[in-house]
Amino acid sequence: MAPRIGVVVFPGSNCEHDVVQGVEAAGGTGVLLWHGDAQLGGVDAVVLPGGFAHGDYLRPGALARFSPVMEAVQDFARAGGPVVGICNGFQVLTEAGLLPGALQKNGRLRFLCQPARVVVSSTSSVLTADATLGEELVIPINHFSGNYICDDETLRRLQDEERIVLRYVDNPNGSVDAIAGIANETGNVVGLMPHPERASAALLGSTDGLVLLRSLVGASSARAAA
Amino acid sequence: MRFRARVEVQLRPGIADPEGATIERALPALGFDSVANVRAGRSFSFEVDAADEGAARTTATELAERLLANPVIEQSVLELTAI
Repeated sequence: MAPRIGVVVFPGSNCEHDVVQGVEAAGGTGVLLWHGDAQLGGVDAVVLPGGFAHGDYLRPGALARFSPVMEAVQDFARAGGPVVGICNGFQVLTEAGLLPGALQKNGRLRFLCQPARVVVSSTSSVLTADATLGEELVIPINHFSGNYICDDETLRRLQDEERIVLRYVDNPNGSVDAIAGIANETGNVVGLMPHPERASAALLGSTDGLVLLRSLVGASSARAAA
Repeated sequence: MRFRARVEVQLRPGIADPEGATIERALPALGFDSVANVRAGRSFSFEVDAADEGAARTTATELAERLLANPVIEQSVLELTAI
């Protein structure tokens, strides 16, 4: 049976249906979850999709982390469940403390909506396990606050522990160490600014995101079987 | 007692502030040649009911640190006045 991937809908999310289609193209079953529900309905993985949760008021992700669903997501992540935050979802994960650092406004205050070249720099995560180290992927980015920053000690840890999973080739937003995506210590929580679901069908111009979504579906199957 | 709190949030020193830098770059064109080191920030105000100023300060500080500022990149300054 295909693993069930829960996609959380916050007021202002706008990529949830794209993520459902993307994970289904990768062999999973997508299930929409509402942010106001305090439980996850027994899904095998959770995706926090892109958009503008709670209008991005205050700071992107600042209010979403107080949504009732987030406590369940925290528990699920602590128990080893695969959790992926895409774009706005990455911002929510950093605000919630599930991933270190923060995403500030892009350098030169540019809103960026373009294909981005990224390199897989670690395969020790639920999102990159099936990818090849050093593989270059072209995946769209679409954000104003994607400029990843953290203190020097955190950066050293991310580097030493191979937790930087994706790096930009051209670093369009000014992120420290060209970071496009990171994982937690155990590799089951991943945040990234690029949108793999927007590169999951030939019709969209790229299928490079499928290897990432397949990795997630694979990690979810392993969990469902356990 | 009721207190009015004003919380000012700014990026920490050393964190790049593209908004402040953009404002600063526009200044010479307006004739402000003597202005430097512009930093942008946000200001919040709210009222707190508390037994005394210390208790109001504790509540307002917690609110500022847990929600209004992201301590990874921002710092906050609190001003409290009895009303």
